[in-house]
Amino acid sequence: MTETTTATRPSKTYHDELAIIRAELDKCMKCGNCMAVCPVYGVERKEAAVTRSKVAVAQAVLDGDLELDDPEVYEMAFNCLVCKSCMINCPTKVNFDHIMLALRAALVRKNGLPWLKKMIFSTLRHPKLFDAGMRLGATMQSLVFRSEKESRAISPRSPFSLVGGTIGFDAERKLPGLNSTPLREQVPEVVRVTDPVASVAFFTGDSLNYFYPEAGRDLIEVLTANNIEVHIPKGQNCCGVPVLVHGDIDTVRTLARNNIDVFEATGCDYLITGCGSCGGAWQHDYSELLANDPIYGPKAEKWAKQTYDISTFLTRIVRLRAPQGRIDKVVTYHDSCHLKKSMGVAAEPREILHLIPGVTFREMSAPDACCGSGGSYVLTHFQTASTIGRKKAEDIDRTGAETVSVGCPACMMQLLDNVHRFGAHQEVTHFISLLAESYRREKN
Amino acid sequence: MLDKEIMEKLAALVGQDNILTGKMDRLTYSYDATADLPRQMPDVVVLPTDSNMVQAIVRFARKHRIPIYPRGAGTNLSGGTIPIKQGIVLSFQKMNRILDVDPANLTAVVQPGVVIGALNAAVAPHGLIYPPDPGTVATATMGGSAAENSGGLRGLKYGVTKNYIMGMEVVLANGDKVRFGGKTVKNVTAYDFATLFIGSEGTLGIITELTAKLIPAPRFRRTMTGAFSTLADAGNAVAGIIAAQVIPATLEIMDRMTIQTVENFAHIGLPTEAEALLLIEVDGMSADLVQAEAEAVIQVVRDNHGDLCTAETDQERDQLWTARRNALPALASLNNTVILEDATVPRSRITDMLVACEQIGKKYNLTLGTFGHAGDGNLHPTILCDKHNEDEMARMHQAVDEIFQVALEFGGTLSGEHGIGMAKMRYLGNELGESGLNLIRTIKESLDPDYLLNPGKMVPAHEV
Repeated sequence: MTETTTATRPSKTYHDELAIIRAELDKCMKCGNCMAVCPVYGVERKEAAVTRSKVAVAQAVLDGDLELDDPEVYEMAFNCLVCKSCMINCPTKVNFDHIMLALRAALVRKNGLPWLKKMIFSTLRHPKLFDAGMRLGATMQSLVFRSEKESRAISPRSPFSLVGGTIGFDAERKLPGLNSTPLREQVPEVVRVTDPVASVAFFTGDSLNYFYPEAGRDLIEVLTANNIEVHIPKGQNCCGVPVLVHGDIDTVRTLARNNIDVFEATGCDYLITGCGSCGGAWQHDYSELLANDPIYGPKAEKWAKQTYDISTFLTRIVRLRAPQGRIDKVVTYHDSCHLKKSMGVAAEPREILHLIPGVTFREMSAPDACCGSGGSYVLTHFQTASTIGRKKAEDIDRTGAETVSVGCPACMMQLLDNVHRFGAHQEVTHFISLLAESYRREKN
Repeated sequence: MLDKEIMEKLAALVGQDNILTGKMDRLTYSYDATADLPRQMPDVVVLPTDSNMVQAIVRFARKHRIPIYPRGAGTNLSGGTIPIKQGIVLSFQKMNRILDVDPANLTAVVQPGVVIGALNAAVAPHGLIYPPDPGTVATATMGGSAAENSGGLRGLKYGVTKNYIMGMEVVLANGDKVRFGGKTVKNVTAYDFATLFIGSEGTLGIITELTAKLIPAPRFRRTMTGAFSTLADAGNAVAGIIAAQVIPATLEIMDRMTIQTVENFAHIGLPTEAEALLLIEVDGMSADLVQAEAEAVIQVVRDNHGDLCTAETDQERDQLWTARRNALPALASLNNTVILEDATVPRSRITDMLVACEQIGKKYNLTLGTFGHAGDGNLHPTILCDKHNEDEMARMHQAVDEIFQVALEFGGTLSGEHGIGMAKMRYLGNELGESGLNLIRTIKESLDPDYLLNPGKMVPAHEV
């Protein structure tokens, strides 16, 4: 995205009008290279599952050959993980994510949001309400889920496991427990160090805030161990990707503008994420969504250039201090789709793992194959998602690793379920937690 | 459009899980990877799960006179799978099991929906490969590539699909199922049926099982490129390599237009002033032999004033291959329509053909780049045009006509590896003559008298 003046900004983006995406649709040659990597096609083995056909359907909608509100079109549009695997394999570099988002946004404009989504998404726009809901969830979860201390996971209790079986909420389901004290309540708004080498703002995202606060604390600890001051602004809210992929453009724009205001106020030069979806939102989605906004558009473009995944920041911007604490574990690494395919981060987490004394790294086959999470895809398309997840669990098993490291909390949730359902119950952890543990062990 | 009663009977025959009837689903089977061809929605898509189901479908279709369009992954470049007369698309995406890998006999038995790359992954642990490697190895199916007789980058040394299919099971248009060939290297029992069905483009029968030949994977290889300041030098180098009795596994060429486009696209430091770039890879089971062949190639490149680059590591090899791998994506990025032809000439006419393609591009004021398999004379003149520009599309069609005319004048052929399908049917008479067309029709009508299998493809209709 280049610097643009107010005068040249478009009045609408592809999120507002489906026809704007036509040039992107024209780029697709229908070569079918997407079939080699599309996880949904790999399971369902029919054309409508794969990218080139979704492009053809979008074309047919614009040409008037198919109706946008044809139930088949609706089902097809949401039968996609938005994992962006096809985009890596696309010879003509079709921005398929834009096509998918444009199509879903058009569907929502025409049909409105389903009531359940509307209810959930509206709470996201009111952070206090959302926060209260998540805390209530934390206290209520023991009624619905039984917890397992050793894996820090929870599973649905009967009778919820019976009614929830069709969407994967059977008794086998493993989920991270909701934490009663979210990350941002556990830490001060600024974690100071003496003579800092840099000052960064940490965008936690909801998953690290509510589900994996310990991984969030580890990230902060690693930064301070490298003499970096960390701002964790309390006013930040959800990155908006979960609503963006459901076509709720108004809500994601509201969230984006609020997040930009909050991070502008920190005065920091760097924005750090520990989640590929959040980082991808800051690096790409915000500037795309706000391209028509004369005030927030330029700010979004500025922050896009200042956003780094924690691993990139540690290995490319500052040189992290080599950890000395020994962790004798065989570790593998799963490339989260949005971390690798949206943020372009793949080498950095591996470099960090290689630095930890005692860690034996074993690459799995197809480490960048999707785990099947796709945010809420796993809930709406459980059968397909779990077949994708089974393959991932088998690839993990074959490495003989006892720990699966990963850089995205949504994948942590899915992998936790995958390895318990199909695999050898490996430990699932954010790679930053292994680095933090190594630093901690230096003191012992 | 098929009536409701017929659709219900068909659904009962194959089961609801194996049939797609909705408009959106049918639309996604209305095209394949070929540009600039009409699209047509089938009446129904059926995804059979075994050969008995295929037989039942064929008998049903015959009874009701419904056209059948067999389809693998739909990655062909000749319109081979477009259901132009509607009817049934018979998609083999669900019949994708590898039934047997037999290292002792160097064979594998597969269902037609197995992806070529999946077969190679399955035989790799045995140190074996299935050599045919069209650009679509990661997506194209064994059934589709057998029906199209696909080629690829290793054709010169390792041959094409027809050299690697030892046996088949085929469902004929009359509903009979026939098996022939098998695991024996030698087999002269009756006609060579496999050769009849390979390259038949789904017009003679429906392949439901294949026995493929495997070979030991070459253990050593050397890779190099040569940049040449004239096309004549490049052409002489190709001839010189063959004259030196080296048969490279890969001997690829790119013209100046392609080199410049790839460099603008990928920024990999290609010599943009060169007229041609050759990518050469020799391989084999013995390090000494491969080294000797590499040295012979290096000498030939130097003798022909080529600027040489050799790869010493896998990473360097990968860099040399990057240019070739980016040829099509780079050219395709120039416009919204990619016309990728595969006119093929005898190896000794490669230089003439490259010059002719360049002149045709200029004559019709088109963006045209040529790359391809210099070692086997199979070139890919590629025209990039705007489908919304009628004038340009008309000039493109004239250019394509002329490319085929020139290829035939040079003693070549219309298609080296993409097949005839719908895209090149009108040129068939130019190569085969009226007697050739009659031979095609005689064979077609003896096996499929009602023209139910892939109608509208390869076999031109009688003049009326």
